[in-house]
Parts: sequence; C-alpha cells; structure tokens
Amino acid sequence: MKRVYLGEFEEIVLLAVAVMEGQAYGVAITHEILHQTGRDVRLNQVHSALQRLEEKGMVKSEMGEPTAERGGRRKRLFSVTAFGQRTLHEIQEVRASFWSRLANPLKLSV
Amino acid sequence: MHSKPPRLADRFLQFFCAPHLLEEVQGDLHEEFEYQVVRVGVHRARWRYWRDVLGFFQARYIKRKPTVRRYGTYPTTYLYNPTMLQNYFKIAFRNQLKHKGYSFINIFGLATGMAVAMLIGLWVWDELSFNTYHKNYPRIAQVVQNQVMNGEIKTSKSVPYPFINELKTNYGESFKNIIASTYKDEFILTAGETKLSGNGQFMETQAPELFTFEMQKGTWEGLTDPQSILLSTSIAKALFGDTDPMNKPLKINTDLNVKVTGIYEDFPQNSVFYGVQFVASWDYFVATNPFMKEKKWDNHALIMYVEIKPEATFEKVTAAIKDSEFNVIKQLDDMKEEAATHPQMWLHPMKDWHLYASFKNGLVDNGPVQYVWLVGMIGFFVLLLACINFMNLSTARSEKRAKEVGIRKAIGSLRAQLVGQFFGESFLVVIIAFVVAQAMVLLALPGFNELADKQMALPLTNLYFWLFSLGFILLTGLLAGSYPAFYLTSFQPVKVLKGAAGQWGRIASLPRKVLVVLQFTVSVTLVICTVVIYQQVKFAKNRPIGYSRDRLLMVQMKSNDFYGKTEVLRSELKKTGVVLEMAESQSPITGVWSANTGFSRKGLALENENFATLSISPEYAQTVGWEFVAGRNFSKAFASDSVGFIINETAARLMGFPKNTPSAALGETVHWKSKFMTNDVEKPFQIIGVVKDMVMESPFEQVKPTVFLIAGGANWLNIKINPAVSAATALPKIEAVFKKLIPAAPFDYKFVDDEYNAKFSAEERVGKLSRLFAVLAIFISCLGLFGLALFVAEQRTKEIGIRKVLGASVAGLWQMLSKDFVVLVIISCFIAMPIAHYFMNEWLQKYTYRTEISWWTFVVTAILAVCITLLTVSFQAIKAALMNPVKSLKSE
Repeated sequence: MKRVYLGEFEEIVLLAVAVMEGQAYGVAITHEILHQTGRDVRLNQVHSALQRLEEKGMVKSEMGEPTAERGGRRKRLFSVTAFGQRTLHEIQEVRASFWSRLANPLKLSV
Repeated sequence: MHSKPPRLADRFLQFFCAPHLLEEVQGDLHEEFEYQVVRVGVHRARWRYWRDVLGFFQARYIKRKPTVRRYGTYPTTYLYNPTMLQNYFKIAFRNQLKHKGYSFINIFGLATGMAVAMLIGLWVWDELSFNTYHKNYPRIAQVVQNQVMNGEIKTSKSVPYPFINELKTNYGESFKNIIASTYKDEFILTAGETKLSGNGQFMETQAPELFTFEMQKGTWEGLTDPQSILLSTSIAKALFGDTDPMNKPLKINTDLNVKVTGIYEDFPQNSVFYGVQFVASWDYFVATNPFMKEKKWDNHALIMYVEIKPEATFEKVTAAIKDSEFNVIKQLDDMKEEAATHPQMWLHPMKDWHLYASFKNGLVDNGPVQYVWLVGMIGFFVLLLACINFMNLSTARSEKRAKEVGIRKAIGSLRAQLVGQFFGESFLVVIIAFVVAQAMVLLALPGFNELADKQMALPLTNLYFWLFSLGFILLTGLLAGSYPAFYLTSFQPVKVLKGAAGQWGRIASLPRKVLVVLQFTVSVTLVICTVVIYQQVKFAKNRPIGYSRDRLLMVQMKSNDFYGKTEVLRSELKKTGVVLEMAESQSPITGVWSANTGFSRKGLALENENFATLSISPEYAQTVGWEFVAGRNFSKAFASDSVGFIINETAARLMGFPKNTPSAALGETVHWKSKFMTNDVEKPFQIIGVVKDMVMESPFEQVKPTVFLIAGGANWLNIKINPAVSAATALPKIEAVFKKLIPAAPFDYKFVDDEYNAKFSAEERVGKLSRLFAVLAIFISCLGLFGLALFVAEQRTKEIGIRKVLGASVAGLWQMLSKDFVVLVIISCFIAMPIAHYFMNEWLQKYTYRTEISWWTFVVTAILAVCITLLTVSFQAIKAALMNPVKSLKSE
C-alpha cells in the first residue's frame, strides 16, 4: 500500500503533537523534543515540520488564546488528525513486525 | 525584570514574514525569548533570538500564499493572477473574433475618429507653435502704433523712419536689439545668366542673430558689410546650382550689387519669415534709396523688430516707449496733423504674431485664435462620436455577455476584477485602433497638408508626442470603456443567470438613445455648416464683378527697365496678334493700392470719405472689359481728360447722383485736395464716365467708392489675350516680346483669374475642411447606427419570428425596426438646426456681402440625414424581416 512518506524528524514532531494532546504549539513542541530526546532543535525546523505535516493532512490546527509572554499574540495549537493517527500506527506496526522477526535481539547491541 | 527581544530583529521578521504566519511565529519567538532569558540571561537570549529569526528567513515563511487550506477559510482572490490575465486576453480575442462585424465597426470607427483627432491635434499644435522656430521667441516683439483716425483707433505695423533713431538713442536701455526692416517684397535676383524673382527683406545687421537663422554656411555676422546678402538654401540652389555660392556676386533688381556671405536653412512654414528667400543689408537699402531718409514722421514705411532685455517685460517696455513718437512730434510745427492722431507705440510680442494679429479699435482681436479652438473642438467632437460608437456597441453587446459576467461573479470574481477586465478589453481595442489610426494618419497626412496648406509631419521621435499619445489612449480607453465596465459589472448574478435579460432593456437603452441623438446632432450640425459655407462661397463667386477675368494677365513692373518702354511693348504685343490690348495701371486688378480722402462736391460732406484712387491708362477700359453705365472712356484725343474722372457706381451714389440716372453725373465737377496726388491744392475734376462696380478687393466686402484717373505712376501691365487664341499659344509669343524689349527682367506674370480665386482660398479651405469633417462625422455615426441596427435585429429575432407567424408583413416589420432610429435622427435634426443657425449666423456676420441662410438648407439636410439613416438601418431591418420564422424561432 502506498502511504505518505514521513521523515524521521516529522515523525518525532507528529509523536510530540500526539503526546501533548491539544496543547501542542511551536515552542512547547521544541521544548518537549529537547526534554525527551536531548536534541537541540530550532524553532524554524519545528515550524517547517508542522507546516509540512499540515500540508500532508496529518495534523490540523486552530488558533489558541493569547498570552502575555507572547506579547498578546495567539498560539497555533495542533492536534493529530485521523489520517495522522493511522500513519503513526502503520509506522509502529512496520517496526513491530521487523522487531518480532529479529531472532536474537540482544546480539544486535554488541 | 522585563526585557524585550531585539527590536531590529523583530522589525526584520515583520518585514519578511508572510502576514498569515507572522502571529504564530512571532508569538513563539517571544515566548522562547522569555524562556531563554530565565535560562541563559538577557544577553545570550538576544543572540539566540537573532539566530532564530534568521532561521525563519526562508522561502516557506516569505511566500505570501498560504500552503494550507484551513477549514472555514477561502483563498484570497488576486487581482493580478497570471492565469486570470491569460484568460482575460483569451476571452477578449475570442470575443473580437466571434463578432467580426462589430469588431470591425468598433476598431475602424474608433481608428477613424482617432486619426481625425490626431490630424487636428497636429494642426492645432502647428498653429499654436508658430514662430517657435526662432529661439529668442519669448523676448521678440514688433513695434506697432495706434493712431486715432476719424474717431477710430487704427493699429499699424509700419513706423516712420525718424523713429529708428529716436528709439535707439533715447529708449535703448530696455532693448537688447533694435532692428529696422523693409516689408517682404519681390525682387529680381541675377547671378550671371540666371535670373529669378525672389522674396526678400532688407534688415539691419543683427537680424540673423535676433531671429537665430540656422546658418548652413557663413555666420550671423554676414550682413556687416552693407553690400552683402544672405540666401536661403533653396534659392541659393536655384541660383547657383551645385557650385558653392559663397562670396559670389549677385544683383538685386539690376541696380544693387551684393556678395553672398551666408546661406541659411529655409524658414519653416510655421514661421513668420516663411518664404523670405534672402535677407540683405538695411544700410545698403537706405544708401541706395535716398527717399527713405527724407521721409518724415508722417510717412510710415518700415517695420521694427526688437528684442527686450531678459529682465524686462513687454508691459514695462510698452509703458516706457508709449509716447516716444508723440513727445517728439508735438513740438514740430509741420507735424500738427500727425500729432492730432496721438500716436501711441506698443510692443506686439512674437507669440501673438500669428494668432492675435488682427486689431480692432487698438486692441487685439481674437478672430484667428477662435478658428483654432473651433477646429480643435470639431476634432474633439469627431473623437467623441467615435467613442460614443464604441460605448454604444459595447453596451449593446454587453447583454450578450451578461451571462459571462454572471458566471464570473458566481465563481467568485470581484467587481474590481471585472471592471479591470472590461477596461482591459477596451484598452486592447483602443491600442489596436491607435495603431490603425497611426497608419491612417501617415497615409492621409500629405493630402491633409495640401488641404490645410501646411507642412506637418508625425513627430515620431518627439517624446512629448508619445506622452501625448499615451494620454490620448488612456483618455479614449477610459471614455470608451467606462460605461460598459461599470454598467456591466453592476449586474446581479442571480438575475442574469436566471435569464431575466429583458428587464433592463428599456432603461439601459435610454442612455444609448441619448448618445445616438448626441451623435447625430453633431453630424447634422456639421453638415448644415458645410452647406452654408459652400453657399456663401458660391454666392460670392457668382457676384457680378464688373469686368472680365478671362485670359487677363498681369505683369508687375518690378524694375526701372520697364519704364518708358510701355508704348513699344503695346505696339509689339499687338503686332503678335495674340494680344487684344495692353494697359498700365497703378494697382493690380485684384487689389487697391491707393486710397485717399479729400473729395468734395457742391457742399456734400465727402472730406472724410475714403475713395480708391486708381491711376490707369486709357486702354484699361478695353483690357479689363469695363461695363459703362454712362459716359465714355478716357481718350487721348481730349487733353482735358487728364483732369477727368471715371467713377464707379458706388462712388456715384456717394457723390449724390441718383442710382437710376447715372448719366446725371456726366460733366459734373468734383473737387479734390490731396497731399500726395494734387500737391495739397484743391483741384477741379470732371466726371466723364460711370462704370459698374469692379470687385478688386475681397469679394465678400462692399466695393470701395472708386475714382479712376490718368495720373501716371504705373506699376502693373495688364494684358488681355485675344479670345480667339488659347493662353498656351499666346504666352510664348508674349514672353518673346518681353525678352526682346526688357531682357534684364524675368517674364513673371499672373493670371487675374488665379489671383481672384485666391481670394476665396481661406473660405474654400474652411469649406473643404468642414466638408471632410462632416463626411467623417456622418460616416462614423452611420457606422455606429449600423452596429446598433445589427444588434437590435439580432436581439429581436424571436419577436420578429412570432410576428411573421402571426401574419406581419415585411414592410410592416421594416417600418417597426427602422422607426426607432428615424425618430432619434429627427430629434437630432431639430436640436441641430438652431445650433447650426446660431453659429453660421455669427460666421456670416463677418462678411458684408453674404448669403441668407435659407430654410430649405435645413429641410434638405434633415431629409438627407433621415435618408442616410434609413439606408443604414434598412439593410439590417430588411434582412431580419425576410428571415424564415422557422429558423429564427428554432434558434436558441
């Protein structure tokens, strides 16, 4: 089956959005990724990824409430669409099936 | 503590970031900054901020077009989307091609209108730019003089000889240059064997500099030596051929010897010096014409040109020199009479020489400039007619395109877009028409130049011309496109798409009708004007002129060689058998060169009446074919005839002889006291004959009271060719006699017929121009009418079909379709009549001898207009009426 290609970084961002359950927006996602993976990603990279995901239809967005620290600007809150969820599942399944077929998983780490 | 991110970085972000992304991006950046301030301190946070902002500087964030369609939002419509533009062009061309007839009428009609407007524009420009060839144009003026004569202020361009000195010595500080000059006159130029007559002026040394002659050879100082001459390129070529004319000797009128010291480019037709083929030295003229110096304050014989200093103004200088002549002559005893006229000098600036050159009661009369504006207005009207066509046809066709507008609007077209589209189409057509018009102008210009007596060319290299053309296109495009653009786009899509096409018909057609009426009003007015002008010219041409112009020649006695040879000439010419008679006269037959006052008869107050006083030889009567009302001709047999008068009928009436019995004048004595003609002594003259009025001057004016007398001073030889011989065979024989007897002068002759006809040239030119415009106006109007008829016939196809099925006749249908237009044209005729009557009445007032505007002119014009309308409309109407109803009802 043909599926939409998802890059590694896009997958991370998509997972972050899924984990944050409706509270996902640019800075928050950046910090979440930093805490979870230790990768010092930059804001513009996250924004680009979010845009690409939205173009692909895996996330949807709406404007949130303005806050003082943002100088009264609203944030764009992202959430995963059904299509995005299915994609994540598929990736998970593909990986799981590969892992299950691995004979001796411990040897691999040596 | 509250710190802010770097402002410059923020500004930069705001500058490049797409508006729809700015809020979220900037918000995130600010939040991140706050976070980083706490974590790493203000300084490093600012650096990071800069880094982050620059991170966003990429195409994804700069592009203004959103990449994601979000729920609840619609794409913004762009006014200038290339795809849409392409579509507009496609639709525009398809529309033009689909309706070839309309497009042709539109483009061709507009092009004709534009071409006419362009030609007229060129003409107006040429008129307004008169004399600008001379670079000192803004500061040059001519000294003119106002004098009170018989209670009326007369303006004269001639000033007396002593005035030169007076102006130069006492008022010189206001002027940069003061130049005395003779009037333009014809002279004989002889270079070796070549003899030519050429027009020239004698001017003072600084003239070439003052009038900025374009010297081809030599310099502006060419007139420093009195015995020198400057020639125009054309006459230099005629005199010397291809050899270098510089420093060659030349003779003016066989007695003045000069040397060529310069060649200047011929003056253009729109210069006051047009046709001045040579300029020679004023000093030499004065030296060789001693009578000039003897002339006193009461003899006005020369022209004075001045250039004022850059800081001076004409008004100030005029104020300074106003009384310059009066102050001198009021102290002179022998100038009492002249001083009584209270001469006032003033400056007539060069910019007014052409269009403000006639004077009425001491003030400038704006007659000529009115002509320019009148013609300009006609041009504007013709263009307007063409624009009206365009608007009319576009609005008519718009109903066909209403559906397109409806669909475009339903799909989401903005009104501004549609307005843009229709203006675009309008400009497209206008630009095509402009190109066609350019071609038309190029083709028509030679003919138009001949008609208007000009030398105009399309100034294709002139930036202003193109700017003007651009403005012209814009104006026409806006004028022509505005109505359809705004009218069409105001349609409501729902109504249009529902097919309620008929409902705006009546209201929409009202402005169209008004435009048709306007169009035909202009056309009919022009036609009436043309007819009246034609009638006036014809009326004047049919005027009895009191002599016979047929095969009558005039030869001017331009040099002294002629004098004393007239008797020999007469007998030799008659001997050839081709000449019936030859007579001398002081004035040409087509002009009055001498007029005097001072007549009196038996207490009648005639002293101030101005009589033409023309000296002739006795042969004059037979030469010109006088028609005697009473009395006899001069005769050499009676010595007393030297104090005899032959008078014309007007003079007889003025002298108090009854009209019915002119013979009462015979033998009566008239006294005459004239300074120049009778040495200021009152002398008695006896009337020996009365002749019919001779139209010598303008055929539109009253004939001057005239006395003919034998007093010598002949300037012209008048030769009547034998009626049995053709002019072509007679001329070589006459020329041979002249060559034999007067070898020094070229045989230059004029036909009286030509000279007389030249008096009509101005009126005939106006007539021809107005005929041209009238024809074009009618043509353009009919073109428009044709288009409208085509449209109406198409529009009413179904109606006609149903009517036919129900039994309507072809004639009835034709009547129904034509009636609307005919009514409009008749309304126009009624509006046009008073307008034309008013203007033509004004125009005719200029002429003393004028025709009456007759009512049938209007009736015939109106009938003509209706006929042309019927012809134009009928073609479509009959075609529509003859159509098979089965076909027309089936069509959808």
